[in-house]
Amino acid sequence: MSLVYAGVLSHAPGITGRAHLCKNTEKRDEFYAALDRQRQEIEATGAEALMVIAAEHFANFFMNNMPAFCIGIGEAYEGPIEDPEWLKIPRTKVPGAPDLGRRLTREIMQTVDVAYAEEWKFDHGIMVPLHFLTPDYDLPVIPVNINCQGPPLTPLHRAWAFGEAIRRAADSVPEKIAVVGTGGLSHWPATPDSGKINEPWDREFLDRLVRQDREALLSYTDEETYREGGQGGFEIRTYIAAAAAAGGAGEIQFYTSELPIFAVGVCVGRFAVDRAA
Amino acid sequence: MSLYQLQKSLYVLNRETAAQERYRADVESFLADFDLTDEEADALRDGDIGLLYVLGVNGQILMHFAAFLGIEWFDYLDLMRKGIEKHGPVRDGVYTMTGGGQSFAEEEKQR
Repeated sequence: MSLVYAGVLSHAPGITGRAHLCKNTEKRDEFYAALDRQRQEIEATGAEALMVIAAEHFANFFMNNMPAFCIGIGEAYEGPIEDPEWLKIPRTKVPGAPDLGRRLTREIMQTVDVAYAEEWKFDHGIMVPLHFLTPDYDLPVIPVNINCQGPPLTPLHRAWAFGEAIRRAADSVPEKIAVVGTGGLSHWPATPDSGKINEPWDREFLDRLVRQDREALLSYTDEETYREGGQGGFEIRTYIAAAAAAGGAGEIQFYTSELPIFAVGVCVGRFAVDRAA
Repeated sequence: MSLYQLQKSLYVLNRETAAQERYRADVESFLADFDLTDEEADALRDGDIGLLYVLGVNGQILMHFAAFLGIEWFDYLDLMRKGIEKHGPVRDGVYTMTGGGQSFAEEEKQR
């Protein structure tokens, strides 16, 4: 078994970029502490690479050629593409894992048609998680994208199948791999509605997630998600893939809707990855 | 409408330093690479966040462009609201305004 960690976390740019505007500093710092515990948990597993299942925002993939899934197999990456002062994360170089990435991709391709990329510019969707989980940028990263932005979007059941393929691939290599899914729950980002959060919808989704209730997770339609969870809610695909990769029960270690300045109900969670023989 | 081309131009601008330099040094040459209506070209040239929002530019693309222009966060939200006041509802895409223009964060209400 070489999947040593599976979890989820938020990635909204306000988490770093608008930290200074946040008035509820107590709750903010509780959230940061939860992210730091996640970092420690990943480090404690001895993970040799971090796979970040992200929902990027047109930093690399556009409607000229939009993959449903893409895996990064580059030697190194750069980010953020955004103004570093705006995101409050300096532009930096992040090490990749090209050989491991190739082996994983080859195995994942046995069941899911994925694109791969040796070039990849990180936006806040990956840089914010890395800022907290590998602040010295010394853990090799394998970026993964699921199309949550440019409709037609990747179907939820394919995101689940992709997660299962990631698990099978991770278990086929000797390296210890940590996987995190990063996306929004309900949110209306980058619109005048920024800060709107549907907490009951979030909690219902997270409940289905921790119970590994596949049928309930895959029953959301995009129309329903858009209505109840906003266009940001489409990013639940990343959480669904992480759950499918983990296979075990989940636990939400932190959730709050009390930081709307971050434009999303922020969350940190993990799953059991052990599998009975 | 050539929303695809408009968004493509912003996609290129957001991710390529060379494009950003061209936009700043010679905006007409940058705009000439894309098949834009006059309204779209004007909005892009002027950095008119409100109009770009109403035209249907995906919010993620627009947010990164606003950051590139150095627009502060709450000002960015206001510019989108003003765009709707001036030009009417968002014409395309999934980043429409659903909250009636209200603020959702205490920090914004109190500023």
